[in-house]
Amino acid sequence: MTSTALSSNDRCCNDRAINDFDVAIIGAGIVGAALFRELSRYRVRIVLLERENDVALGASRANSAIVHCGCDPKAGTAMARFNTAGNRMFPELCRQLDVPFVQNGSLICAFGDEELPVLKALFDNGRANGVEHLEILDAASARALEPNLSSAVRGALFAPTGGIVGPYELTTALAENGVVNGGELLLNFDTAAISRSDKGPFTVTAADGRTVTARYVVNAAGINADKVHNLIARPTFQIRPRRGEYYVFDKSQGSLFDRTIFVCPGKLGKGILVSPTVNGNLIAGPNAQDGIARDDTAVTAAGLAEVRAGAQRITEAISWRDTIRNFAGLRAISTRDDFIIEEAPDQKGFFDLAGIKSPGLTSAPAIALAARDLLADAGLELVEKKDFNPNRHETRFLSLPPQKRRALAERDSAYGRIVCRCESITEGEIIESIRRPVGATTLDGVKRRCRPGSGRCQGGFCSVRVLEILARELGKDQREILQDKAGSSIILGTRGPVQGGDQ
Amino acid sequence: MTHTAEKITVDLAIVGAGPAGLAAAVAAYDSGVRDILLLERDKEPGGILNQCIHNGFGLHVFGEELTGPQYAERFVRQAAERGIPIRLQTMVLDIEAPAPRKGAPFRLHVLGPQFGDQTIEAKSVILAMGCRERTRGAIGIPGDRPSGVFTAGTAQRLINREGFSVGKRAVILGSGDIGLIMARRLTLEGAKVLCVVELMPYSNGLARNIAQCLNDFNIPLYLSHTVTDIKGHGRLEEVTISEVDANRAPIPGTEKTYPCDTLLLSVGLIPENELTRLAGAAIDPRTGGPLVSEDRQTSIPGLFACGNVLHVHDLVDFVTGEASRAGKGAAAYLAGDGRVTAEEESVGFIPGRGISYTVPHMVDRAGAPQSFTVFMRVRQPKPDGVIVMKDAEGTVVKRWKRPRLAPAEMEELTVTREMIASGGSYTFEVEE
Repeated sequence: MTSTALSSNDRCCNDRAINDFDVAIIGAGIVGAALFRELSRYRVRIVLLERENDVALGASRANSAIVHCGCDPKAGTAMARFNTAGNRMFPELCRQLDVPFVQNGSLICAFGDEELPVLKALFDNGRANGVEHLEILDAASARALEPNLSSAVRGALFAPTGGIVGPYELTTALAENGVVNGGELLLNFDTAAISRSDKGPFTVTAADGRTVTARYVVNAAGINADKVHNLIARPTFQIRPRRGEYYVFDKSQGSLFDRTIFVCPGKLGKGILVSPTVNGNLIAGPNAQDGIARDDTAVTAAGLAEVRAGAQRITEAISWRDTIRNFAGLRAISTRDDFIIEEAPDQKGFFDLAGIKSPGLTSAPAIALAARDLLADAGLELVEKKDFNPNRHETRFLSLPPQKRRALAERDSAYGRIVCRCESITEGEIIESIRRPVGATTLDGVKRRCRPGSGRCQGGFCSVRVLEILARELGKDQREILQDKAGSSIILGTRGPVQGGDQ
Repeated sequence: MTHTAEKITVDLAIVGAGPAGLAAAVAAYDSGVRDILLLERDKEPGGILNQCIHNGFGLHVFGEELTGPQYAERFVRQAAERGIPIRLQTMVLDIEAPAPRKGAPFRLHVLGPQFGDQTIEAKSVILAMGCRERTRGAIGIPGDRPSGVFTAGTAQRLINREGFSVGKRAVILGSGDIGLIMARRLTLEGAKVLCVVELMPYSNGLARNIAQCLNDFNIPLYLSHTVTDIKGHGRLEEVTISEVDANRAPIPGTEKTYPCDTLLLSVGLIPENELTRLAGAAIDPRTGGPLVSEDRQTSIPGLFACGNVLHVHDLVDFVTGEASRAGKGAAAYLAGDGRVTAEEESVGFIPGRGISYTVPHMVDRAGAPQSFTVFMRVRQPKPDGVIVMKDAEGTVVKRWKRPRLAPAEMEELTVTREMIASGGSYTFEVEE
């Protein structure tokens, strides 16, 4: 990383108004970030507006982290089309952006003979969606692939194109690549109003009074996409959050399965799955609860029990005492049964990328292409930049060969100091995650980018050190460093009579 | 110690320079080992003692009340007087045990600023990595995930070492010793500790800590209660606790809600045995640490373990004793007296009714000292208890009367060679 690429976090934004953007994208989740990066290939002025203090703080950070094969969405829907197309883009995209991705394949399992016809239906539907290499396995073959499957499994649909990915790593990398290629990212920009005079540019106003003007506005606001839509256009849909809760297990459980294990899909989605993660853990979830408030990502005793029962149906092999974390995320279920990827009928130049529920993560790169085409059709001129750089790289110290590790540690001793014991992350990697464009500014921001705190001690040992490094790198007092979103302070004061303290 | 750019060779490598590693190093040196290297991942030696600024350490070993840093300092000095080198900020990533052939070394893959990325070859290794705290995730507390939820040890470090205040109104879950100590610490720091909540019907802390940390400050202790909800967007705003039934399930209708900004968790310690597993040593699921013989040798000859990596201790004095035993054991091994126990000479110790584990797990009947200590914990508190040792036929070999039994207080029983003369295995039980 060169020093010119350092710390773009605080740039711009002293001005109250930033004008003359071609496209403003609202929402720095996976969908907004994918479009942002896609548009950064072209000579257009783009801005990504995010209400939180970091990217990927909605559904993009709290989901199953699966790159779905595309069997499940009903043939003919937008979900089906974008799922298969998105799936095909992942290997190359993740290679370019240096994002963890494994095409580990998935098994959809039938429990009981009555579910066997479901496998055949999914097989046919998958074929219609263009999913390749599907295969229906009998129980013995399924268990030969995955010996820890429950003995109740009667057969499985094997989809070798299914994969797993780091979802916030990908979102962050997309946003970063967009910034490196000339896009602007405005954090803490909580869109409160959208207006336009006649057929002129849109003005997007944040709750704090900052404004941005742009010829086109793309709404990728996830769980709040209906609210953002309704700021400027007649309502055409509503978002009804559906909460899903998860268990994450220690790496000791990560090798129980090589592939992602699904049950047959039900009315509320694809059901509770069990899967390895790209970082070597095991994940189980989600359940599906409707009627949830838009900020309610709490986990519940009942929900966790449901996930546990669901996972235990798939396998008896999980050691539940090796749980390291529970979390919940909200899926942006819309009142229309499909992805909403369209120009608002009554507001030319305003586009919705809304209701992006599962398989939204998989579909995002393909949705970005479709949104780009919609913008082009609406008159956005797309001239490719000659100097677009599609690639990025980050240091993963422990996966370097020994000679390179030695050389790097010799050049910079920060790479010789392990800060996170559980995940073996060096101080050098943490500093890099802070100094990068779209760098980390919070404890959880560091965790999402390079994993300290995501291991079995959950930051018990390293959080104090990471706090210190963050403060040093950002030139802040440690008391100002947050855990996560606005308000999530960690240290409430300084001890002792000298500093006044808080006695 | 011999150095090349990529390889260092020593007789004895000790992983961890906390109280266990330091005492093991000193004991090994005093038993004749000269080529010792201590490896410590933190910036300084002393381990967790450095943040334990309260007193009460050293009553058994030094006959006086020291603070944690003072206790650590004595062993740091003893190691320094003997010229035992400590490599700081050095993390052992992997340990390869040699194939079972005498003479082949252990290979430790380490990373640290002094070494970069290197391999240490050691004839013998003592594991002294300590333990970590159980987290919210491990126990699945429902609710939001705001800031302000700390493990007690992390909060202790922030307050005692870094000089920060972590909160003003706190609830503490878990009445283990760290939770109790932190209840007092927070109070002395000007915070209001609303209550300490304990899932079990009895405390898991030492009686003296309940008296000195809770009762003296009028902090209520709610037994058979747990935290059932956490609320807060951003910082913690509210904690709900509920009473639990005999199966530890929350009883609906018993909820009490506390507005607060801090929740400390003192819900258990887990021996850190990732390296032990990588080395291939057998693990006791009861302790979470390796199986060891009386000299604290694991199932791999030449690989020893002591301190909280082996089982969680309530007093550092016991850690010191155990570490000395491991240091002497490693010295004997290096001197070539490290006998491989013949199967018929191996005497096993089995935790029976009312006993959750024993350490050591076995002893070499022929090689055992004249008398030695077997540590164990009881499962339930009981006044006026008796622990019995039975041989394989069920005959009582020895009875130990205790004025009181509690899971929080480790029992140390002295066993002599005569008591294990018949061989086989012996079971320890709490008499009904």
